[in-house]
Amino acid sequence: MTATAAPLSTDSPWHFALVGTPNSGKTALFNALTGSRQKVANYPGVTIERKAGLLQTPAGRSVNLIDLPGTYSLRGRSPDEEITRDVVLGRLASESAPDLLMCVADATNLRLAMRLVLELKRVGRPLMLVLNMFDLAQRRGVKIDLARLSAELGIPVVTAIAVRRNGTEELLRRMDEIADAHLAAPGENTWRPPTASDLRAAQREADRIIATAVAMPARPDTLTSRLDAVLLQPVAGLVILLALLFVMFQAVFAWARPLMDLIQAGFDSLGVIAHDALPEGLLQSFIQNGVISGVGSVIVFLPQILILFLFILLLEDLGYMARAAFLMDRIMGSAGLHGRAFIPLLSSFACAIPGIMATRVIDNKRDRLTTILVAPLMTCSARIPVYTLIISAFIPDRHVWGWVNLQGLVMFGLYAAGIASALGVSAVAKYFFWNEHETPPFMLELPDYKLPRVRSVAMGLYTRAKLFLKRAGTTIFSMMVLIWFLASFPRPPAGATEPAINYSLAAIIGHALEPVLAPVGFNWQINVALIPGMAAREVAVAALGTVYAIEGGKEAAAQIGQALANKWTLATALAVLVWYIFAPQCASTLAVIRRETGSWRFMAITFAYMLALAYAASFITFHVAVALGAG
Amino acid sequence: MAKNGHSLNGHAHLPLGRAPCGFSGWIEAIEVREGGGGLSPAEIENRLLELGFVEGAHVEILHEGVFGRDPIAVRVNNATIALRRHEAMAILTTADRPA
Repeated sequence: MTATAAPLSTDSPWHFALVGTPNSGKTALFNALTGSRQKVANYPGVTIERKAGLLQTPAGRSVNLIDLPGTYSLRGRSPDEEITRDVVLGRLASESAPDLLMCVADATNLRLAMRLVLELKRVGRPLMLVLNMFDLAQRRGVKIDLARLSAELGIPVVTAIAVRRNGTEELLRRMDEIADAHLAAPGENTWRPPTASDLRAAQREADRIIATAVAMPARPDTLTSRLDAVLLQPVAGLVILLALLFVMFQAVFAWARPLMDLIQAGFDSLGVIAHDALPEGLLQSFIQNGVISGVGSVIVFLPQILILFLFILLLEDLGYMARAAFLMDRIMGSAGLHGRAFIPLLSSFACAIPGIMATRVIDNKRDRLTTILVAPLMTCSARIPVYTLIISAFIPDRHVWGWVNLQGLVMFGLYAAGIASALGVSAVAKYFFWNEHETPPFMLELPDYKLPRVRSVAMGLYTRAKLFLKRAGTTIFSMMVLIWFLASFPRPPAGATEPAINYSLAAIIGHALEPVLAPVGFNWQINVALIPGMAAREVAVAALGTVYAIEGGKEAAAQIGQALANKWTLATALAVLVWYIFAPQCASTLAVIRRETGSWRFMAITFAYMLALAYAASFITFHVAVALGAG
Repeated sequence: MAKNGHSLNGHAHLPLGRAPCGFSGWIEAIEVREGGGGLSPAEIENRLLELGFVEGAHVEILHEGVFGRDPIAVRVNNATIALRRHEAMAILTTADRPA
């Protein structure tokens, strides 16, 4: 077909679906094929991510490609896998039935994928097999007779290298060919949920096909086995895992500092420019104190969040996350958690929302609920602003034992307290709510190690940064406007002697809460900051800045820390830190819990227990600190 | 069918859940005797099969956890699967290559 004659692109686009086992590199292939033209949304009524994107074949056809959740079979053991099954079978009303199924397989590890291909064949839809990571297979000496494989399976077989530039050219070219030849007539659907004997027969057939078409190297991937000899060594493996986490948290603080200073300086000078450009008055105060310093004090944490996600993405792409689950299985199991809960809980360090959504990999309902219950206790990145601010204001910046930064150590302690309380709560939940509950099976494929690709990590980071900035631009911005409004109105009466904020709505609310929160050492300014903090924890910092900046008539929120150090006692500072370990200070997390569990009651339980823990722990901390002379 | 053998010397019907780290052998049978974690024995059998634990496959225990030597990482033909010894009890193995 010539380039000038491409009328097909005006037709309605084809619908192709990517299916594959976990670790097949399916998502990397999806990213390579669709690039930035992808849309992430949810399937209607459920919170399973629907990833779709548009691509153009060389012949000019538009293809709507959908990336289905990874699965070993169509049996639908979890909500994710049910989506895959229903889309593949064309049962999902909201989704057009795929015109072509593209089964993605890791070319170095074909055995389980081959069984899936045989199962997919029974669906009767046009099907092709994509051998991904073909370069790796060749380098390792895996010899695949493509023609033979295609003949044995009776479907087209195409190779691809998702992570290499131009690695999908062959695939795109073949898409046109295959579309011409095969898309005409879907066959009969003879799929039914496979029984144990079906699975056995299919795996034998798959093994037979592999034996005829694939020659494996004598030795398996030696790099993976050499790395695992150390990383999965019973004792050393755990030590390395803990060391890795420790380095991760130190890095979040040490590496991010210069960038954060730069962003802070940028917003400060922006504030000064606005101040000089605008006439004295309400608008000036709104733009400078409400908008610029408010949003700036949140955006300044972008570097820390990106560094944390960088670690998580690298470990995931490397293939280490499954190993971490393996190492942690028994430890987590003793606290009533599933080994698979490790990954959702680790993601919760970045943000509880993706963490709670990641619990979908846990197919047992009770395990999933326990994990959701404790995920908000893992110290999410939104707490970092609060912690950093208070720590830098109250904890001296010096070294203990020669090399450990005391501020970093306190931070580590706060993280450790979060983890310990999560384990404690899940153990209690296991004991009281479902004590007859048996430990569910832990079965997980440990993929070969792969060098993370810059492009895929960069893409992941970009998505996270975009989400964070979007949040800063919407939720956080509107909260800042609200807090500024509360702190500025009503205006003080003429001839008022006290600072303006003392006459405001914020002061009224803060004072109203005083009887409840005074026992934990909070003053009314903290009470005011807690309210917008419900929308997003990090806003509390900016809110404190606004409250104190307006109170003192001071312009720069950069000195929040200084202001706090003058106005709070150490006991109050510690009580606030401890409050934030537990407090259910995030409306979006509560909303996602409600959505994921489908239960208002479960959300209320989460909220209540966290609030109770926060109050009790702050109370104890405050009074112990006062007793020790820090009041 | 295979009896649930108890010989620990590496011959006939050693359940993989009882095999030491480094054990290498072949799967004789998958026999799930009890369910677990709210799953029926049939479901556990299906999951084992889906991860490639079928009769005749070669298995080797590559790694084990520090507490109770659990879980184990098993090389099944060409893939590595992590599972607990409890579920691995259903995988009956033999050290001799099957005919």
